[in-house]
Amino acid sequence: MDVVFDILSSANFWAAAIRIATPLIFGVLGALICERAGVLNLGIEGIFVAGAMAGWMAVFLGAGLWGGVLIAAVAGGLFGLLHAFLTVILGLSQHVSGIGITLLATSASYFTYRTALPNVTTPPRIVPFQPVSIPGLSDIPFVGPALFQQTPMTFLALLLVGALALVLYRTPLGLAIRAVGDNPASVEAQGLSVTGLRVGAVVLGSALMALGGAFLTMSAFDAFFFGMVNGRGWICIALVVFASWQPGKALLGALLFGAFDAFQIRLQAQIGQVVPGQVFLMMPYLLSIVALILVARRADYPRALLQPWTKGQRH
Amino acid sequence: MNVRLEPRENASVGLRLCVSLAAGVAALLLVAIPVLLAGRSPLEAYALMIQGAFGSMFALSETLNRATPLILTGLAAAVAFRAKLWNIGAEGQLYIGALAAVCVGSGLLQLPPALMLPTVMIAGFLAGGLMMVIPAVIKQRFGADEVVITLLLNFVVILFIQMLVEGPLKDPLSMGWPQSVPLIAEAKLPKLLPRLRMHWGLIVGVVAALALWLMVRKTVLGFEIRAVGENKAAARFAGIPVDATMLKVALISGGLAGLAGVGEVAGVKGYLSADLSPGFGYSGIVVAMLAGLSPIGTVLAALFVAAVFVGADSMSRATGISSYIADLVVALSLLCVLVGSFFLRFRLRFGQQSVGA
Amino acid sequence: MTDTPVLLSLSNITKRFGALTANDSISLDLHRGEILALLGENGAGKTTLMNILFGHYVQDEGDVRVLGNGGLRALPPGSPGAALRAGIGMVHQHFTLAENLSGLANIRLGTEPLVSFGREGAARAKVQKIIAESGLDVDLERRVADLTVGEKQRIEILKALYRDAKVLILDEPTAVLTPQEAEGLFAVLRRLAANGLGVIFISHKLGEVLAVSHRILVLRGGKTAGELETAVADRRAIADLMVGKAVAAVVRTPANPGEVLFALEDVSLHGAGGGRALSGVHLTLRAGEVVGLAGVSGNGQSGIAALISGLAVPTSGTMRLYGDTVTRPDPRALVAKGVARMPEDRQHDGVVGTMSVADNIAIEEVRSGAFSRMGLLDRKAMRERAASAISAYDVRCQGPDAEARLLSGGNVQKLILARVLERGPRVILANQPTRGLDVGAQAEVHRRILAARDRGAAVLVISEDLDELFALADRFVVVHAGELQDAGPSDGLDRGTIGLMMAGQGPAAAELAS
Repeated sequence: MDVVFDILSSANFWAAAIRIATPLIFGVLGALICERAGVLNLGIEGIFVAGAMAGWMAVFLGAGLWGGVLIAAVAGGLFGLLHAFLTVILGLSQHVSGIGITLLATSASYFTYRTALPNVTTPPRIVPFQPVSIPGLSDIPFVGPALFQQTPMTFLALLLVGALALVLYRTPLGLAIRAVGDNPASVEAQGLSVTGLRVGAVVLGSALMALGGAFLTMSAFDAFFFGMVNGRGWICIALVVFASWQPGKALLGALLFGAFDAFQIRLQAQIGQVVPGQVFLMMPYLLSIVALILVARRADYPRALLQPWTKGQRH
Repeated sequence: MNVRLEPRENASVGLRLCVSLAAGVAALLLVAIPVLLAGRSPLEAYALMIQGAFGSMFALSETLNRATPLILTGLAAAVAFRAKLWNIGAEGQLYIGALAAVCVGSGLLQLPPALMLPTVMIAGFLAGGLMMVIPAVIKQRFGADEVVITLLLNFVVILFIQMLVEGPLKDPLSMGWPQSVPLIAEAKLPKLLPRLRMHWGLIVGVVAALALWLMVRKTVLGFEIRAVGENKAAARFAGIPVDATMLKVALISGGLAGLAGVGEVAGVKGYLSADLSPGFGYSGIVVAMLAGLSPIGTVLAALFVAAVFVGADSMSRATGISSYIADLVVALSLLCVLVGSFFLRFRLRFGQQSVGA
Repeated sequence: MTDTPVLLSLSNITKRFGALTANDSISLDLHRGEILALLGENGAGKTTLMNILFGHYVQDEGDVRVLGNGGLRALPPGSPGAALRAGIGMVHQHFTLAENLSGLANIRLGTEPLVSFGREGAARAKVQKIIAESGLDVDLERRVADLTVGEKQRIEILKALYRDAKVLILDEPTAVLTPQEAEGLFAVLRRLAANGLGVIFISHKLGEVLAVSHRILVLRGGKTAGELETAVADRRAIADLMVGKAVAAVVRTPANPGEVLFALEDVSLHGAGGGRALSGVHLTLRAGEVVGLAGVSGNGQSGIAALISGLAVPTSGTMRLYGDTVTRPDPRALVAKGVARMPEDRQHDGVVGTMSVADNIAIEEVRSGAFSRMGLLDRKAMRERAASAISAYDVRCQGPDAEARLLSGGNVQKLILARVLERGPRVILANQPTRGLDVGAQAEVHRRILAARDRGAAVLVISEDLDELFALADRFVVVHAGELQDAGPSDGLDRGTIGLMMAGQGPAAAELAS
């Protein structure tokens, strides 16, 4: 038990937890927007890869870091547009289209990386985002190092949680997005465009997902590796359910998840000799499955999730 | 002039075939763009791909060898998707099937030689099937979506396999490579032809496709799977045991993926390692969709996807174009066939009339 | 009324769906302060016409004009937004409400700039004012999911009024209301019309059209069959206009009830959700008798139907079939014992659309010896049964191999009748047996049900249409809030009594009040 207490009482642990949570925050928020509007986006895993590759590549080729972030978002948005075209405009299976987007975005990213850098053995590096110290706040004991010595993308993620909550619950646009995911007929009957809202939500959500990927190559690491996303996208899909499609709970879920992951990494250092490393590596996935099972019965899925809509249709 | 969409009453078999073919061709045409961007001639690339996939007896054998697991994972996806059970976990089920094959067939279990291979296959089928029955039960009991759970289980399974081949199952003679103890000779699938890698797993795959086709058309179970997949509410109302049917589908689907794993271990590698499958489970989804979820079509679609992989590998060696081009073709085929399915439901009408709803 | 200005004018509207002409050159004018009834049976083209008016469909010919600045102006086709801006409000038969939002949020939806912080306070004040003027009282802050059907309908009307609608269209608004609630709605509509609103009231019920409207437009088979002032209208004449040809009324001979075949004894059903809960229900079905179950939808009908269908297990109490206790009901066992079940939503629960007519006729007994042997289907037997059913029940389709989704609603119902009645069942559940069917198909279904009764079957008919229940039932039971009341033999019962019982008053009180 001393081991547990030692881990939990170090500021370094909480800083790591927030760092691990950051890409998940982007991913969960992105998935949340899509699903609130009634579209499941299983392209998320591939969009993470595309965002990671595109952002990194842009910086590697000379763009600024924020330029890279923007390019990652655009890449994600484009794949989102494709998913929206297939599922919203053509009304095709959201499951199959999402898997297809993941396969396409992943293979396109890998292909582009290999084609641009055919002969590298060790992945080239960029200078990633550095932790920024906020004068005053960063000097608070414990809280300062844990919370306020993160990279700018982490702050962006936290900011987006608030912004999304504001849009969703305080603006007519948020009202329309929540309505279109519950009953598209309600939106159409009030003269708004179901297609427009859904396409917009999927594009925006996919752009956010790509930022999650970009964080990996531009903030957490400084290079692009094959297989680096490693299921983070799927974990986000599970976390959205856990978060009941609410931005605040999404943040909480991602942080809990980050804390657990940071904890198992540290625990591994302590008891790694007796337990094989893979057991620890399995934890995030098993944790996501358990979280999903625990909340599934009570989960209040957006009623129109997975339901395609054609104009003038009634139930 | 306006273009209108009209719902189609029926899509003929010929039309379905055309859509799948068109999707494959469209995907191949679309990759001309990245090939051009990579600075190579698409025509040269296509020619090299065809040659690499079919140009020699060896190439053909490699293609068939590659198609073998794809037929089985394709069938796994096809039978599940037909029942609207979204099994995206064929990759994990494949590994579990392979693991069962190694556990049963590496000499620990003493059996008469004639029974060895059937036992290995049954064990692989049941293990893979169980791997899918679990998420199906979770869905029925707790309402948790099987898509995410099967996806996440893929990662868990591969880590589990890594753990075993670095630990308890590790072959002491492997000179440090993380691979399992090998299968004994009686547990292996015989080669089809001398000096070529293709093996009896191919026959298993084709027989499985035929069996599935017969099951769907001729048996009560097939009838019930169709009813459950097309309209769960009506099936339940009519007294079809929906949950039990779904579990049977899960067992068959996971079992077929498990058989794919058996084929790779018992037919190709001879041992289990964590790089046994380069994504056969995921490609199986593409195969099934290209086949329009038809069992017989799955065999053909698996051949196409296998040819793309084998041909692209060969073309890549000759031209230096990244072999990820094959994954691009496969991903694009899936999206193209999805768009094609739209034209199976609707027909375009060109006319002077205003746009209909 | 025709001396007030025209608010809305449709001229020569034609709409075709493939070979079917749903609207054939229909014209109408709506005046200020007028309640115009659009009367016609199911399939006459009423809903299609209103969907064109509201921009859900685009007409093939004809145009819609609405009173705007300085006169009638053409409405661009295919745009609900344009219809809304022109002052047309529509209350659909199926409500178009987002259930996860409050009533007020639904009313505001689409009325404020998307990228802004909205005007919730101002909106609330305006809606409160409309409520005060119209009498459409409802709690604006509650989630729509928690409102009753009547309250949801009020939110729908408020949605239109909030947008300053000049024209209000209501599509079959009384289908979900008790007779008393419907009276309340009529009072609101009269008040709104008196304040200058134009109202189009779509219905297939002659009685309520006569009660509420100023003018009646009768549609039949997609064409205008006639137009008349309500004040001078003759009931018989309108009925003839509506139906076209006289349909022989189905004659119900006096019942001859025999032994109890099916019974629910003190049965409760909890935690089922969706208006299925029941408490302490007693119900007996006797051989040779039709029992009519009346009630506002969502009061427990679906619970009773689920029990008889074998889809629900009583939480407490006893369910008996032929005197034996049924402990674990399931559809297959009940079917095997001679229970016939017609589902409420026949397209959704009754048939698998992509399977053939033959498959759908065999589906309940596919595991029995009749259609399979050792797990293998007997396709020949299935096709033969289908062929005989198609001719015996006049199912219009291309043959046993045609997909069920290509059948019309009436033919789907005939298919289901063929499936369940051909076995000579002893207990029959007919849940909304003629909803959405035209008069001819209705009579056919009624005749089949009465024939089964005369053969000695025990029948339960569940219907929202009191006329249908009075045509079929020998005895009435009424369900309200999960409790069942016996209303006694249908002879001597009147609609008012049933209506009050539907609203929750006991039979004695209902009789005193009526």
